[in-house]
Amino acid sequence: MTAVISGRAWVFGDNVNTDVMAPGLYFKSPMSAMAKHCMEAVNPDFASQVQPGDIVVGGKNFGIGSAREQAAMALQYLGVGAVLAPSFGRIFYRNTLNFGIPALRLPADMIIEAGDQLHVEPETGRIRNESRGTACAAPALPPHLLQMVTAGGLMPYLKARLAKENRDGR
Amino acid sequence: MAQTLTQKILAKASRQAAVAVGDIVTCRVDLCLLLDSGGPRRIWPRLKELGTGVWDPDRIVLCTDHFTPAVDAESAAILKLTRDFAAEFGIERFYDMQGIGHVLLAEQGWLEPGMFAVGGDSHSSMGGAFGCLMMGFGAIEMTGVAVTGEIWIQVPDTLRINWSGEFGAGVAAKDIMLFLCREVGTDNAFRVLEFGGDTVAGMSMAERGVLCNMAAELGAETGVVPADDATLAALRLAGRSPAADALNWQTDAGADCLAVHEFDAASLAPQVAAPHSPANSGPVVEHAGTPIDQAYIGACVGAKLEDLQMVAAILKGRRVANGTRLLVAPASQRAYREAAADGTLAAISEAGAYLLPTGCGACAALGAGILAEDEVCISSTNRNFQGRMGANSAQVYLGSPYTVAASAVTGRITDPRELLA
Ligand code: SF4
Repeated sequence: MTAVISGRAWVFGDNVNTDVMAPGLYFKSPMSAMAKHCMEAVNPDFASQVQPGDIVVGGKNFGIGSAREQAAMALQYLGVGAVLAPSFGRIFYRNTLNFGIPALRLPADMIIEAGDQLHVEPETGRIRNESRGTACAAPALPPHLLQMVTAGGLMPYLKARLAKENRDGR
Repeated sequence: MAQTLTQKILAKASRQAAVAVGDIVTCRVDLCLLLDSGGPRRIWPRLKELGTGVWDPDRIVLCTDHFTPAVDAESAAILKLTRDFAAEFGIERFYDMQGIGHVLLAEQGWLEPGMFAVGGDSHSSMGGAFGCLMMGFGAIEMTGVAVTGEIWIQVPDTLRINWSGEFGAGVAAKDIMLFLCREVGTDNAFRVLEFGGDTVAGMSMAERGVLCNMAAELGAETGVVPADDATLAALRLAGRSPAADALNWQTDAGADCLAVHEFDAASLAPQVAAPHSPANSGPVVEHAGTPIDQAYIGACVGAKLEDLQMVAAILKGRRVANGTRLLVAPASQRAYREAAADGTLAAISEAGAYLLPTGCGACAALGAGILAEDEVCISSTNRNFQGRMGANSAQVYLGSPYTVAASAVTGRITDPRELLA
């Protein structure tokens, strides 16, 4: 993960749920097929036009709903660089971090519109909106989460932990 | 210092004397529920990648429910992989095609007051009916649990939700939860809902399960009903012997809660949630008369024996309306058997309902009974997100088993009290 993530903003409304990000109808398909339908019900252009590094900006309670990790995996597959929202569905929040995508709580008064050019620093929580010349600070991630996200997510983190346990002789 | 039940359980699980709200603690898991959906099929490849196995097969309960019975090559392969996983890792508490995991945990009595349990599914909160803390997580995180037996938790706030008074006829726990989705909202991450009051104390374990199940719809970390004699009786009935201190797992008087909400059950009308959110709810009269194509009784939350009995109470001596179909998928094989034995199934099938196999079925568009474009359905399930039960343009209303059954009889969304009077 780079220290600063820069990309265009894709803005979504309140209460966008996991079933919209990863529709059940495509559950048995591989991620390459499922990701094409990510957000289809609320923005049919998102999956085909999002660029690696782009930043998803959700409304309140972003990612409410099921435990399906495919919601976060679809964003990872599409190359989303960071997810910002004033509040998150709890499992989606954890899943996003587990797949190595920084998820930050966006201060309520920060205005971001679709297509704005954003710069996000996960380590400090600093968010800059280049298109509007504004900036704000989201609460930074707690150290152990930042460490996991920086490592690339839970799998690389577990690998390192197991390797260490093997070295130390379990 | 006075502690909430949630704090006490997390302190025990993290081997500390006490924990404060907001602390991030690493907890040891007492019980881990894996399902065919987010379980072995997603965890096993990762275990292989990590070159390791599961930390403790005796703390894992594994169920097939989302893809049962197999309807195509993909679901058959997922089920086979799940069975192979159980054999490979020696998971003895493996329930293959016995029902929906959240319901099986309760039937088998595997949960106990004071436990810290996790499940690879958002409705794992249902386990809180047993006075334990049970939370749902994604499969990636369940991989971590499977390997280490541990998970990090940020100690959540507690929201007390008290109900007092007796339900009127045709009102059920489901109506409470649809009401709360609207009144308390769905943005409750980092909060636990602790249910209390004499209405809750008088509820069966199945109805308590509905409260905790739909804590997920409120976006809460989980829901919990502190243990009482009914909890212990249910465990004994399942052949377990609860610990002597089981009833000590309670919130202390004076413990800090984020808020206390008091509601009156006697004045609660049957509720319906309109498309596409459980929070889009109101008294059934607001939608009465809306024509429906399908009525669906199913899911962990809405097809247990008691739910089927509510349906039978409405259907007895009546017929499903012409042009409307009623589909019933019992939540477990035991619910099926018991409903067959006590005449419940006869009342349902004589009314013209279509019986489906046990499992998650149409609830998440994985099994039989999914909806076509623009079709309208009223369902006893817990979620009506756009596209969840089939086509994106399908319109799904949520209601209690009473309300779904009453609507099936008239072919329109109907207040069940009209048919019970
Ligand atoms: S019945 Fe529905 S809500 Fe319950 S576990 Fe299955 S898919 Fe999830």
